Amino acid sequence: MADGEAAGTDTGTDTGTETDTGSGPGPGPGPSWRRPHGPLQRYYGLPAAEAAEAAPDPIDINGPHFDPEVYLAKVRSECPLGQLLAREAALGREIRALDSDMQTLLYENYNKFISATDTIRKMKVDFRRMEAEMDDLAANMAAISTSSARVSAALQDRHRRGAQLAGVQALLRKLQSLVEVPGRLRRWAAPGADPARALHCYARARAVLRHYRHLPSFRAIEDESHAIMAELAQRLRARLRDDTLDPKELTECVEMLLQLEEPPEELCEEFLSHAGARLETELAALEAELPPADPSGAAATPPPASDILDFVDRGSSAFVGNLCLLAASYRSLFEGCPGVGDGRLEAFAAALTARYFELLERRLALERGLGDTSLLVRALDRFHRRLRALLELLPTAGAEAGAALVARAAGERVARYLRALQTFFLGCLGDVRQALAAPRPPGKEGPGLPDLLATLSSSVLGQLKAVLAYVQLFTTKDVAFASLPYFKGEFCVEAVREGLVVAFVRWLCRTARGFADSPTERGAPAAPPALLLLLARLCLDYEATTISYILTLTDEQFPPEDTGPAVTPGPALCAEARGAAQRLLDHYVQVQGAAVAQMLRKSVETRDWLGTVEPRNVRAVMKRVVEDITAIDVQVGQLFEEGVRRAQSSDSSRRAFSVYSSSRAPGRYAPSYTPSAPMDTHLLSNIQKLFSERIDIFSPVEFNKVSVLTGIIKISLKTLLECVRLRTLGRFGLQQVQVDGHYLQLYLWRFAADERVVQGLLDEVAASAAHRCLDPVPMEHSVVELICERG
Amino acid sequence: MEDDAPVIYGLEFQARALTPQTAETDAIRFLVGTQSLRYDNQIHIIDFDDENNIINKNVLLHQVGEIWHISASPADKGVLATCYNKTSDSKVMTCAAVWRMPKELESGSHESPDDSSSNTQTLELLCHLDNTAHGNMACVMWEPMGDGKKIISLADNNVLLWDLQESSAKAVLSSSAALEGKGQLKFTSGRWSPHHNCTQIATANDTTVRGWDTRSMRQIYCIENAHGQLVRDLDFNPNKQYYLASCGDDCKVKFWDTRNVTEPVKTLEEHSHWVWNVRYNHSHDQLILTGSSDSRVILSNMVSISSEPFGHMVDDDELSDQEDQHQEEKIKEPLQDSVIATYEEHEDSVYAVEWSSADPWLFASLSYDGRLVINRVPRALKYHILL
Repeated sequence: MADGEAAGTDTGTDTGTETDTGSGPGPGPGPSWRRPHGPLQRYYGLPAAEAAEAAPDPIDINGPHFDPEVYLAKVRSECPLGQLLAREAALGREIRALDSDMQTLLYENYNKFISATDTIRKMKVDFRRMEAEMDDLAANMAAISTSSARVSAALQDRHRRGAQLAGVQALLRKLQSLVEVPGRLRRWAAPGADPARALHCYARARAVLRHYRHLPSFRAIEDESHAIMAELAQRLRARLRDDTLDPKELTECVEMLLQLEEPPEELCEEFLSHAGARLETELAALEAELPPADPSGAAATPPPASDILDFVDRGSSAFVGNLCLLAASYRSLFEGCPGVGDGRLEAFAAALTARYFELLERRLALERGLGDTSLLVRALDRFHRRLRALLELLPTAGAEAGAALVARAAGERVARYLRALQTFFLGCLGDVRQALAAPRPPGKEGPGLPDLLATLSSSVLGQLKAVLAYVQLFTTKDVAFASLPYFKGEFCVEAVREGLVVAFVRWLCRTARGFADSPTERGAPAAPPALLLLLARLCLDYEATTISYILTLTDEQFPPEDTGPAVTPGPALCAEARGAAQRLLDHYVQVQGAAVAQMLRKSVETRDWLGTVEPRNVRAVMKRVVEDITAIDVQVGQLFEEGVRRAQSSDSSRRAFSVYSSSRAPGRYAPSYTPSAPMDTHLLSNIQKLFSERIDIFSPVEFNKVSVLTGIIKISLKTLLECVRLRTLGRFGLQQVQVDGHYLQLYLWRFAADERVVQGLLDEVAASAAHRCLDPVPMEHSVVELICERG
Repeated sequence: MEDDAPVIYGLEFQARALTPQTAETDAIRFLVGTQSLRYDNQIHIIDFDDENNIINKNVLLHQVGEIWHISASPADKGVLATCYNKTSDSKVMTCAAVWRMPKELESGSHESPDDSSSNTQTLELLCHLDNTAHGNMACVMWEPMGDGKKIISLADNNVLLWDLQESSAKAVLSSSAALEGKGQLKFTSGRWSPHHNCTQIATANDTTVRGWDTRSMRQIYCIENAHGQLVRDLDFNPNKQYYLASCGDDCKVKFWDTRNVTEPVKTLEEHSHWVWNVRYNHSHDQLILTGSSDSRVILSNMVSISSEPFGHMVDDDELSDQEDQHQEEKIKEPLQDSVIATYEEHEDSVYAVEWSSADPWLFASLSYDGRLVINRVPRALKYHILL
C-alpha cells in the first residue's frame, strides 16, 4: 500500500511538473519546490501556505482549491492529442498494476486471519480442563491444614514444659559458673598465669553479678572477684611501670587495664610516657652517632662512622617503625574512650618526629663532601617512604616538615654541586694559567691556545653534564619523593635550572668579567693577556652555542612545568656572556696596547732628542714594538677570525703610497715654519684635520683579529704622538722620528683594519715632531727608506 | 643669538697653558700661554664679554721661552707665574718665574688698538724661581685664598715652597721636600688644597698621588697606583674637604676620599684617551670638567659625591659637621651621576680646561692647535641647580 501511495505521489509530481512547464511561469511556487521527492510535509506544506497567500489556484492538482473541471478543460485545450493519448495509456497501465497488487495483498491477509482463529479456538479447550484440576488441589490443601492444626495443638503442652526445664537447667549452670568465678579468677589471675582469660571471665560475670548484687550470696561472689581483679590491676600497673616491657606486652597490659575499667586518661598518660621513653632511647642511640652539636659550627668534626643510608635505615626501622606501632596500638586501645583528648597522640608524635627530623638534619649537615649522591637519594627515599607510612596513621605528624627536609637536603646538595662546579672551573683556569705561564723548552711548542680553550670548555661542559646526571637522581621515577610537587616543579626550575645551571653560567661570566674589571693596578696579580683572550673566546662560544645547548639539555632532563615560576630566558644569559666577552676583549686590547704604549713612552721620555746623533738605524724599541704586535697578531689569530679589512690594496702600490705620504708629511710642514707664515701652518693643520676622521682610541672592538689589532695599534701610536709632543727635538731627533715612523708604517699597516688610521696617526706624529723641532730639516726620503730596508 | 653656543678663539701658536685670572671676580678673563720653539711666545689675555658674546684679547710677549704651565696670583690681578722652556745649546731646561703684566691690562677689557700685534707689550719680570739645583719645573701653585705671597713649585722630584718678598721681587725658598725612591721620579702635577687653612697639597708622580703637609713638608698620605698609568692632573673639591679628583692615562677620572686611600669613591670612564685635566666647579662641586687627548671636553654631574645636599641647602661651614648625616641622606636618595654634555669643538688634544673665576657657569678649554673654546653650563641644568 505504501508503495502505491508513493507511486501516486510521484505521479502527481510528474503531472504538476508537466502542467507547469506547459503553462509557463504561473503564480505558483518555482520549480525548485516541485522537484524534491523528500518529506511530504515540505512538499505539501509550503506550497499550500504560499498558495493561500496567493490567489487560489484551481489547476494545482495538489492544491486545496483544485477544480477538476478547470483542470481538465485546461488540459484539453492546451495539450496535443498525442500527448493526451499517451498519458491515458500510461494511466491505464498504472491502474492495472495497482489492481493486481491489491488483490495479492488481500489474499495474504485472509490466510493469516484464518490461522489466528484456529489458534484461539484450541486455547479455549485447554483452559477448561485446567480449571477442574485447580479445584481439586484447593480441596486437598484445606484438608492438610486442618490436620496439621490438630497435631500441633496436641503437642503444645509438652513442648512448653520441655522449654521450661531447659531454662531452669541453663540457669543452674550459670549459677554454677558464677559460684566458680572467684576460684577461676584466682587461678588465672595468679602471677605468671593467664590474666587475659581471667579478665575475659570477669568481664562475662561482672554484668550478672552487678545485676544480682542485692542477693547476699551473689554479693559475696562479686566482692571476692572484685578483690581478685583489684589485685590483678595492681600487678598490671606495677608491670606497666617496668621499663623492660616490649611494645606488644605494653599494649596487652594497657588493654587489660582498660578492660578493668581503670581511668583511660591516666592509662593513656602512662602508655605514652612509657612509649615515649622507649622512643627517646632510640633517638638517643641515633644521636650518639652524631658529633656533639656545635653551635659555633667549627670544622674538623670527624667523618661520621656510618654512611647516611645506614643511619636513615636504622632511624626508620627503629624509631619510625616503633612510632608507627605505637600509634596503631594507641588508636586501637583508646578508640572511643571518652576523655582521651584526640590531640594528645598527635602532639606527642609531632614532638618526637620533630626531634627525629632535627637529628636527621644534623646528620645530613655532616654530608659535607659530594660523596655518593645515589646513596643520599636512596637514604632520603627510604626516609620519605617510612615517613609516608607514618603519615597514614598520623596525618599531623609533620608531613610538610618531612617534605621540606627532603627538599632542603636536595637543595643543599645542588648548591654544593654548584660550588663544586665553581671550584672545578677555577681549577681548570688555574691549569690554563699554569700552562700559559710554564716556561717553554726551546724548540718545543707549548699547547696552543685553541687546545687550551678546547680542553677548558670541554672539561667544564663534561663536569656540568656529570653534575646534571647526578642531580637527576633526585627526580628518577622509582624515587618516592620525586612525585612531590616540589620535585616536579620547583626543584627542576628553581633549584636545578636557576640555582645550578643559570647560576653557574652567570657566575662564570662574572668570574671572567672579574679578570677585566678587577682593579688589577691595585695590587692583585694581573691576569696574563692570553688568559683574557681565552676567556673572551670562551664567553663568546657560550653566547653562540654553549648556553643554549646547556639550557636545552637541562630542560630536557628537568622538564619545567608550564605554570611554573618564570625562568631566566636563554637570550638574557647570552647577552650577559656577550657583555663579558666584550669587556674581556676590550680589556685585552687595553692591556696589550698599554704594554706597547708603555714601551714607546719610556723610549721617548728617556731619550735626549736634542743631542742625538744622525740616525743610522731604526731604534730597537720600534723593532720590539713590531715584534710584539706580530706576536699579538699570532695569539689573537689562534682564537679569533680574521675580520674584514677596508680597501685592501696590493702590497706594492700600498707601499709606494705609504712611502710617499710619510715622507711628504714633514716635508710639507717644514717650509711652513719659515718666518712669514705662522697663520698658514695653523690653517694647514686645521684643513688636514677637517679631512681626517675623529679616531676613538680606547673604543670597544669587534670580535675579530683585525679589530683587536687595530685597537692595539691605535693606542700605541696615539701614545707615541702625545709623547713626542711633550719633547723638544733637535734636527736629528726629528729625523729619527721620521725613520721610526716610516718603519712602523712599513710593518704595521697590514695588521690594521683601515691602513688610513695608521697612516693618519703616523702623519700626526710626524707633524708634531716637526712642530717640536728646533731645526726642522727632514731627512732625505731615499735615505729613510734605505735605513728602514736595512733594519 | 643662541645663548649656549660656544665661543671659539684661535691662537696662532700651539698652546697648553691656560688659567683663569684668579683674583678677578667680576670680569671673565683667561690667560693663555703659547708654545712655539721658533717665535716669541705670547700670553693672551682673553676677556669675554658675556652680554655681547664678544671676545677681546690683549697679547703680552713672553720672550724667554715656550710656556708649559701658567698660574695667576689669587691676590693680585696683575701677577702671574709661568713655567717655560729655556733652550740653550742642545739643553732644554724648564724654569719658572713670576711676572707682572702692565697696569692697564690688569683689569678692564678696554679696547685695544686694532693693530694690536704691533703694539704688543712685554711682561715685567718680578723674580725667577731659582731651580738650578732642583731640576725642571713642572708647575707653580699659588696659595689659594692667600695674599699671593706663598707659592709652591714642583721641580722634578722636589716640592719647593717659596716666599715672595719685597712685593714679589724676591723669591726665597722657605722649605722643600724631595721624593726619594727607585728610578727617575718626577712630579707631573699638583694642587694646593683650599681646606685646612691651606696646609695641604697633593702631587702626582707616575701612578701615585701623594698628599703633603706644607708646614712640615712631610708626606701625609699616599695613594699608590691611583691610576693604571700615569696620573696627569688633580683637583680638590672646593667645598668638601678630603675629596680629591684625579685623572690619567688610563682614560679614567677617579674621585678619592683621602681618608681612605685604598679604593676610589667613584670612577668615571667616559673618555677614549688620556685625560689631561680635571677641574671642580668652584661653587657647585658636582660639576666636573675634564679634558682629554681624544679632543673632547666632558662636563659631568657628580651629584652623589658632591657637597650639594638633596632637597635643602646646607651652608658650606656646616658641612663638616653634617657629613655623616649627609651620607645617610645619600643612601636614601636615588642618585644620578651623569654626563651632562660632551663638547666636541676641538680637533686636537685638549690639554687644559678651566672654570672661570668670575662666572661659575662658564668655562674655557684649550686644545693643542691653539683653539680656545668658551662654553657655558647648559641652561636647564643651571636652573635645576639654582632653583
